[in-house]
Amino acid sequence: MSPRSAAAHSEPLRDGAHAGPLVLRALHATWSDPPGWRGSLRAIDHKTIARRFIVATFVFFLLGGLLALAMRLQLARPGLRLVSPELYNQLFTMHGTTMMFLFAVPVMQAVALYLVPLMIGARSVAFPRMNAFAFWVFVMGGAFLYAGFFLGSGPNTGWFSYVPLASSDYAPGKGVDIWAQMITFTELSALLVAIVLITTIFKMRAPGMTLGRMPLFVWATLVTQFMVLFAMPSVMLGSTALILDRLVGTHFYNPARGGDVLLWQHLFWFFGHPEVYLIFIPPLGFISSIISTFARRPVFGYRAMVLALVATAFLAFGLWVHHMFATNLPEVGKAFFTAASLAIAVPSAVQIFCWIATLWNGRVVFRTPLLFVLAFFVILVAGGMTGLMLASVSLDLQVHDTYFVVAHLHYVLLGGAVFPLFGAIYYWFPKFTGRMLGETLGRWHFWLFFVGFNVTFFPMHLLGLHGMPRRVWTYSQGLGWDGMNATATVGAFVIAASVAVFLVNVALSVRGKARATADPWGAGTLEWSTASPPPPYNFDALPVIRGREPLWMPSGRPSHVSGLAADAREVLVTSALEARPESRPLFPKPSLWPLLGALATTVLFIGSVYTPWAVVWGAVPVTVALVGWFWPGRRETEQALALERSP
Amino acid sequence: MFARSAFVLSDLSSWSGPATHSALRPAGAQAARIDDLWQLTLWICMAVFAAILIVLLVALTRASRGAARAAPEAPLPMASERAAKRWTTGAAVGSAGLLVVLLGADMWTDRALSRLPAADALRIEMTAQQWWWEARYLDAQGKSEFAVSSELHVPVGRPVIVTLKSVDVIHTFWVPSLHGKKDMLPGRSTQLLLRADKPGVYRGECAEFCGLQHALMAFSVSADPPDTYAQWRTAQQARADAPSDVEAARGAQLFLSSNCAQCHTVRGTTAAGSLGPDLTHVASRALLAAGTVKNDPATLGAWIVDPQSLKSGSTMPSSRLSPDDVRALVYYLGSLK
Repeated sequence: MSPRSAAAHSEPLRDGAHAGPLVLRALHATWSDPPGWRGSLRAIDHKTIARRFIVATFVFFLLGGLLALAMRLQLARPGLRLVSPELYNQLFTMHGTTMMFLFAVPVMQAVALYLVPLMIGARSVAFPRMNAFAFWVFVMGGAFLYAGFFLGSGPNTGWFSYVPLASSDYAPGKGVDIWAQMITFTELSALLVAIVLITTIFKMRAPGMTLGRMPLFVWATLVTQFMVLFAMPSVMLGSTALILDRLVGTHFYNPARGGDVLLWQHLFWFFGHPEVYLIFIPPLGFISSIISTFARRPVFGYRAMVLALVATAFLAFGLWVHHMFATNLPEVGKAFFTAASLAIAVPSAVQIFCWIATLWNGRVVFRTPLLFVLAFFVILVAGGMTGLMLASVSLDLQVHDTYFVVAHLHYVLLGGAVFPLFGAIYYWFPKFTGRMLGETLGRWHFWLFFVGFNVTFFPMHLLGLHGMPRRVWTYSQGLGWDGMNATATVGAFVIAASVAVFLVNVALSVRGKARATADPWGAGTLEWSTASPPPPYNFDALPVIRGREPLWMPSGRPSHVSGLAADAREVLVTSALEARPESRPLFPKPSLWPLLGALATTVLFIGSVYTPWAVVWGAVPVTVALVGWFWPGRRETEQALALERSP
Repeated sequence: MFARSAFVLSDLSSWSGPATHSALRPAGAQAARIDDLWQLTLWICMAVFAAILIVLLVALTRASRGAARAAPEAPLPMASERAAKRWTTGAAVGSAGLLVVLLGADMWTDRALSRLPAADALRIEMTAQQWWWEARYLDAQGKSEFAVSSELHVPVGRPVIVTLKSVDVIHTFWVPSLHGKKDMLPGRSTQLLLRADKPGVYRGECAEFCGLQHALMAFSVSADPPDTYAQWRTAQQARADAPSDVEAARGAQLFLSSNCAQCHTVRGTTAAGSLGPDLTHVASRALLAAGTVKNDPATLGAWIVDPQSLKSGSTMPSSRLSPDDVRALVYYLGSLK
């Protein structure tokens, strides 16, 4: 305490390009999370939070995968009775819910929370405490859902929870209430993270990093988080109305009382289709980073790539009705949504062509991250083609709600998101942990995953065309589906083996001794300019940016920003478009309040599943937590005033 | 083991799928049109897919040779940059063109589907519920003539207008051989226009997840030659025959006196329940419990005694009749041809 307050009055410690060990030590002390397990509950460092976030989403990924294996075992042969119909319905509901809400969307945000500040030359994300709060809320929402499932109150109406099946008449019990409230948890978390990321990207870029010099991954993140802001409120509204229907007898979705069952579908898919792009757009950023590094050249057509991302985001909000072609909507309207669904292929195609052009003129080095990206070209493009088929009203009428759609969505989501995500993990693992992942095991992981994936999901295209509907807990013998189902089950276990290889690879490398250098791949973007793993303060001195790949170009003068306080959490805020320095506010210190606030919120949300009065009495602890959180500390205020006075 | 794997392989080698329920083996006008669109779309998509992969492979071989040859960070010639710009722009415009072709083909197919001539159409009202189907055949005035459960018969070559309703949750009517699917929404009614062009029995299934036994909710559509269909219709219109012998009479008595008649109708008797399927001609059906089990005396008996063991969650309660009574009841139901 004393050196800091002393520094505020005497000669302040300042960072800079040639700062000595004294300054670096001070920076380290200033930006570190508090030690010990009690300190870990107060952590707000974006890297700590992001690492926990990534690990939590991977735990959910593994749980969702185990649920999938149970389903594939049940469907391996016709007429099996390994699980009851009730349990099977819970399995696919939990699988879809887990993968969409607890893995795919949050893992992309989590990776962005780690990388974005490093890519734009910032020492922190904006609103670091709110970021920690978002993480805690997410974990508690996910834990709540699984607690319900293991205690026998798993939701059983599908991850889409169509009404009236999800109404209290047809789904008594607490399963659907828990599901709907889990949505509230995760969407609250996603919205907060979106605010954190958008603010970070707009206001905290290193000087000189104009919008046109941002790495494509940062663009992808920015576009995605804006989509979160517009898509998530729709499903929060929808799930709140659902829980109101169930708990206090409103009639939003009850046709007998003037409600409408299709209203739910509109609200759900107005969120649900953009959600696919929330999952798919960040990996486009991974791919651009990885291709550029392993082709040893900048991505071809930067401006076209950015415009394609933005176009995808806009079009993504105009497609939701293609999930509802089998309802009785007017034909003219359907044609509009067909056109929009086909049009969204154009920006994706533009990006694919630009990447191929990048490779064409590049000098390719085949390493594991690039293999995962190349699989994207095979699997995602195939999934895109089946997507065009689903966009057509007439074709969709045949394949909608069949295994064809199961095949399509896994081709798109695994090919478009999980393969690039694994590529990204291999690529940024040295940055996250300071160790490299094993290349040999990486190749085993890749090939098992690639082969297992196709063995599992390719036959499902045919199953759907051959009349097998989705979400069936069993099927009779002699319908011509036995062989392909057996094949799919074999493939599912190959995928499981590949994930096991990945886990072994991670375990070996984390325990291994080999340290990664700051820039093991020879990449060009800013995150590789700092140590692996980065120090708590990210950069010794904030860089000044003059191009898109700062590490691939000679640095100019000045090369760095000097003069930010080393003994206080002072950050540089820059202008949104040109990244001109604007101000240097003081960031908050680690605190227990985000965790306490999340606990209070959790009590309110869970309580409201059981009684509407929880919204009333639950508001008291939430208010207490927020007041505690925002209570201005005298010492912080003094420090801020002192920094303001000394230039 | 060998036989089983051979069987598995034969499943895999059949590209177009089973004759009774595959979208790739159309047996009706509407499904045939959709199949045409499928063929066109499939070929266009496969050509584009192959083109992208070939170009990618060429790029990778080129670029990995480049990696061996060129100095690590040598600048790229501007000429190749310009060529790349030309090619990517061309490819993007070409893709957009193909998408316009697909859009046109799709809209053309949609129009054709909605313009199937429907003069002299047979009208059926199909109501879905957890987890079975009731089909009411309507006369020219739109009044219900008779009801069947989970087994439709239609005349080959004559258009059929199926009005779709649901009494509980959302279900979806789907007969892949005849047409695409249509949702059955509570509180709304929708229509589907189809025509079977080849005689045969086609399998239909509920496609929208509708709760516990969504998997066991199938039905069949028999497309019969017109005279066969006419015979079937006449037979279905008729009331149930009076019991012809003592055992059947005892069964009928049991049917009316125990709780069967509270939910089921047998026209020609006092049984007029409407919660369960109409059993007036139950013996003419091939399957029971919405396509779940075969309709033979043993299975029917097992179903009456304990429906939950064959289809858990079914609304039909177990019966407490003695084995002897069950036999009589099954005998009576078996006489309702």
